[in-house]
Amino acid sequence: MYAALWRLLPGPVWLRIVLLLVIVAAVLLACVLFVFPWLNTFVNVTEVTVGE
Amino acid sequence: MTTRHESRLRSRRRVSIIGVFGELLITAGVFVFLFLGWQLWLNDIVVGHEQQSQALAFSDELSGASAPHTVPPADPTVPAEPVVGVAPAETTQFANVYIPRFGADYVRTIAEGVSASNVLKTGVGHYPGTQMPGEIGNFAVAAHRTTYGAPFNLIGTLQAGDRIIVQTADGWYTYVFRSLEYVRPTGVGVLDPVPQQSADVTPTARVMTMTSCNPMLSAAERIVAYSVLESWQPASAGPPGEIAALVNGTV
Repeated sequence: MYAALWRLLPGPVWLRIVLLLVIVAAVLLACVLFVFPWLNTFVNVTEVTVGE
Repeated sequence: MTTRHESRLRSRRRVSIIGVFGELLITAGVFVFLFLGWQLWLNDIVVGHEQQSQALAFSDELSGASAPHTVPPADPTVPAEPVVGVAPAETTQFANVYIPRFGADYVRTIAEGVSASNVLKTGVGHYPGTQMPGEIGNFAVAAHRTTYGAPFNLIGTLQAGDRIIVQTADGWYTYVFRSLEYVRPTGVGVLDPVPQQSADVTPTARVMTMTSCNPMLSAAERIVAYSVLESWQPASAGPPGEIAALVNGTV
């Protein structure tokens, strides 16, 4: 899977590495901005109030 | 030379199902750890910062002026009894809380209600039906100890004598931390006007009760922190010395 991605990237090795870093950064950003906040709405383990 | 190279490439190009499956599993594992790191650490820092700056802005709103306060000399006409406000509508922010033990720049808003879906994401929530700051009885609040900015993350580090200062539009209420208690999630006795006494015991003290989860990241128990009112001063007197630098924006 990742080997295929590496072959899909154009250019010499240094360019591929730069492109790869850009892709990783974009994926991380998308996770932090959209995916994680959405996931967090399903994970609420910390109840802090007393009640019946 | 090239033919050998190409044949090696060709043999690597064969994608095995197990190989892809393994890479997916590794990716999922990394993803889970990233999520945990975000939820338990990074997001708390970001959200905590937002809550802090929001509370600082609200502090200016409460004191009705953005100009720095100067502490005037003691006013002999200051009423001895603390002024007690009226509980606002659900989710309305009506106070700030300053806890120097949690950090020199620690301030969070207090809003009416303890709904996890809205109030507790913005800071501290006030249990509806319990007393207001400075009132005889029990001013009870709740906040997250982990996640969502974790306003009460350090609740377990409070030490007897620590000041907990509540600011409303009326003034500044300085509570002194007394003790911690641990109860089951159903332990509503901590919200009684006299904590852990039946609701019809007539209160004489002005108590503040903070609740959060215990142990951290668990819903098994609640940690409860009790404080008693030490002093009160009207808004016009400016913030107590301990937090003056923070309120005046010089921290």
